[in-house]
Amino acid sequence: MSRFLARVRVMPRPSILDPQGQAVSHALTELGFSGVNGVRIGRAVEMVLDAATADAAREGALKMCERLLANPVTEDYVLEGVEPAR
Amino acid sequence: MKVAVVRFPGSNCDADAWHAATAAGAEAVYVWHRSADLGGADVVVLPGGFCYGDYLRPGAIARFSPVMKAVAAHAAAGRPVLGICNGFQVLCEAQLLPGALARNGGLSFVCRPVTMRVESDATPFTARYARGQLVTMPVAHGDGRYVADAATLDRLEREDRVVFRYAGGNPNGAMRDIAGITNEGRNVVGLMPHPERAADPLLGSDDGAAMFALAGVAAGV
Repeated sequence: MSRFLARVRVMPRPSILDPQGQAVSHALTELGFSGVNGVRIGRAVEMVLDAATADAAREGALKMCERLLANPVTEDYVLEGVEPAR
Repeated sequence: MKVAVVRFPGSNCDADAWHAATAAGAEAVYVWHRSADLGGADVVVLPGGFCYGDYLRPGAIARFSPVMKAVAAHAAAGRPVLGICNGFQVLCEAQLLPGALARNGGLSFVCRPVTMRVESDATPFTARYARGQLVTMPVAHGDGRYVADAATLDRLEREDRVVFRYAGGNPNGAMRDIAGITNEGRNVVGLMPHPERAADPLLGSDDGAAMFALAGVAAGV
């Protein structure tokens, strides 16, 4: 068994209105930042996983995304990386 | 008629639902979410609240509570299941109803009475309403914007499965003004507004009381 850190990014699907992102976009423009042309806000998940290999950890992390971490109706997920952890 | 009101950690409309069911003449019982059975209930109510603190997404964790297997079996047997607010979110997460409830379009938590049109009387919970009837019940949610892909929305409309629609103002940006829907079998209903908070004239409206008076259910429908 080795220990891995799996990093997952979950984002609202492009077709889904993201009012949180819109509010932050407006706030940035109000603060004087020019050229802000779209903000979307999602969620980052880091999981410490014990698995035999990095591939096994990756496979497990993908199953976790499908089953719980993202709702396929409203969200897309990306497994950004699986790296050795201590 | 026996009504099971499921209690999740964070449910907060369980007592209101229990009271509304009792006032409608039912025997109402609470069922803890760790329970594997529904105590022989004819009807299941998943009440409003913020189970598991809405962590991850509203209903995302509660849908894996042990009781949800019994709720799914109850639904699959064609028996009535009502999800109110957080209960609606749990039913969508559990895929007992299609679509999802996203953050309100206006971002703010909305807590006020809303008017809805009864779009379908062909469910056990709306049989006592007339199609087209306007009813007023409170909403109290931050994540009530019903969303689904266009094919799902078209199908819901084609199959007369939109049960309630906001009329005279959409409080959360829900697609096609949808406030409540039903499943293919028409025995599972979810809605964002709170009929149990509008179940007595003392509460300002008793428009919701009829949702708890299920004729014929005790006879094994």
